[in-house]
Amino acid sequence: MGFFGSLINAMPGAVGQGIIWGIMAIGVYITFRVLDIADLTVDGSLCTGGAVCVIMTLSGAPMWLALLVAVIAGMAAGLATGLFQTVCGIPAILAGILTQLGLYSVNLRIMGIGTGGGKANLPISVDKYNLLVSSRYLTSVGIRNPLVALTIITAVLIVVIYWFFGREIGCAMRATGSNPNMSRAQGINTDLMKVLGLMFSNGLVAFSGALLAQYQGFSDVNMGRGAIVIGLAAVIIGEVIFEKIFRNFALKLMACVFGAIIYYIVIQIVLRLGLSTDDLKLLTALVVALFLSVPYWKKRHFSKSKKGGAANA
Amino acid sequence: MLKIENVTKVFNAGTVNEKVALNGLSLHLNEGDFCTVIGGNGAGKSTMLNAIAGVWGVDEGNIIIDGQDVTKLPEFKRASFLGRVFQDPMMGTAPTMQIVENLALAARRGKKRTLRPSISKAEIEEFRDKLAMLDLGLENRMTTKVGLLSGGQRQAITLLMASLRQPKVLLLDEHTAALDPKTAAKVLELSDRIVEDNNLTTLMVTHNMRDAIAHGNRLIMLNNGRVVLDIAGEDKKKLTVSDLLQRFSVASGEEFVNDRALLG
Repeated sequence: MGFFGSLINAMPGAVGQGIIWGIMAIGVYITFRVLDIADLTVDGSLCTGGAVCVIMTLSGAPMWLALLVAVIAGMAAGLATGLFQTVCGIPAILAGILTQLGLYSVNLRIMGIGTGGGKANLPISVDKYNLLVSSRYLTSVGIRNPLVALTIITAVLIVVIYWFFGREIGCAMRATGSNPNMSRAQGINTDLMKVLGLMFSNGLVAFSGALLAQYQGFSDVNMGRGAIVIGLAAVIIGEVIFEKIFRNFALKLMACVFGAIIYYIVIQIVLRLGLSTDDLKLLTALVVALFLSVPYWKKRHFSKSKKGGAANA
Repeated sequence: MLKIENVTKVFNAGTVNEKVALNGLSLHLNEGDFCTVIGGNGAGKSTMLNAIAGVWGVDEGNIIIDGQDVTKLPEFKRASFLGRVFQDPMMGTAPTMQIVENLALAARRGKKRTLRPSISKAEIEEFRDKLAMLDLGLENRMTTKVGLLSGGQRQAITLLMASLRQPKVLLLDEHTAALDPKTAAKVLELSDRIVEDNNLTTLMVTHNMRDAIAHGNRLIMLNNGRVVLDIAGEDKKKLTVSDLLQRFSVASGEEFVNDRALLG
């Protein structure tokens, strides 16, 4: 099979993985773009979602309950980070790192439930358990194909999130990220909004982790390593490619998902071009660094006519 | 309406940078008072407004708004009593949100925020009428992001936001200082109109003595964190800049030091 043949075969897998990470990217979008916080909790909460989902399913819980508890666990992780930031006054980045580090132990414990010791990897077979999405059926036709469920889930999530940010609380959350001083002057409890936003975001990330564990057939304590960077990559790729045509908030969320899909397609291409999987994280980090610098450079070199706050003072 | 009683605030206490910003400051405002605030550099003008707004807690003393002691209330809770416009035009509005969204946020100041829609259809019409009164053409740009507007336009919107829900006290913190003279005059005129139409109890800090004299029914001068001059009624109407400078040096035993105030 030639280069293109194998690439086309790999496409459904890339799209499936892309959509799941796209849900995660929406979570990152909520903190990074809406709340203006870089939240590193996600590296831990992604695995928390996967671990909770797998352990619950293995112990006989229905699939929907396993997913629900995974989301709640993720929200608890977000709550921890939020309290570190607001009650303890720890800077956002450090608060996220602390939760993330603590979650490593928590995740090992979760996966060790029932067997005593902590387990780094926990397999779950789609043959024995009822799973919502599994990469096993990527090539089959019909509703068993995970792409069907993933597309529906993502569409519903985007509609719900879009709805939420058009409500009074959602607007208060956006205002908190846009201008915290103004928000407090308008009677918004900015600390509460930050905590709620972090819970919302990490709930989504844990949900994505739960789906990912089902999809790949296992949860692993390292599955969230570097997740924040992949999430940012998806957000930024989506913004750069679709910023001119996607103005509406719902479309911007969709751009995150498209960004994640494009990310995984590009990964498949570069792997087939001979890149070692060992070098993937380095490549991702460089790509994100590059895309994050573009707006900064643009501002420095192409904005001579634009006046800022200082010019008005 | 507003009572400030013996308020003290010390920044960087116990260090070489210790600064007594408010030193037993007391001030009573009656309902409907429009009081201008003037003072030298570091006299405590902005600090007084921040103390009222609850940006941080004060070391001593009490702040009472409309009979309620708010000294211990956090900033976001005091917001239900206060309308605020800041010196920096960037500070009063959310730049990434639309003009109507900003107004809708202000229309819910002091109310519980729920899962109801963030803006109602009726509000959009109401906001259109109110924006039209600003006479800046903003009623035709209601979905424009506020970040794209000029400093003067943003201050005008912030003023409107401060008055959408009748505040017990309106705090204007050098809100025209960052604007060019023409825009500043327009925003001041608008402030007068809004204060008058809503009969708002107002504290307006300004660095411009002429503005301080021309606006409001009362004028106070701060020095070293306390009120040294309090001029109201007929007395204030007859006031001139040179009067003010002379009375300041008599009251405080110092020369008035504020380049901007003298040049402005």
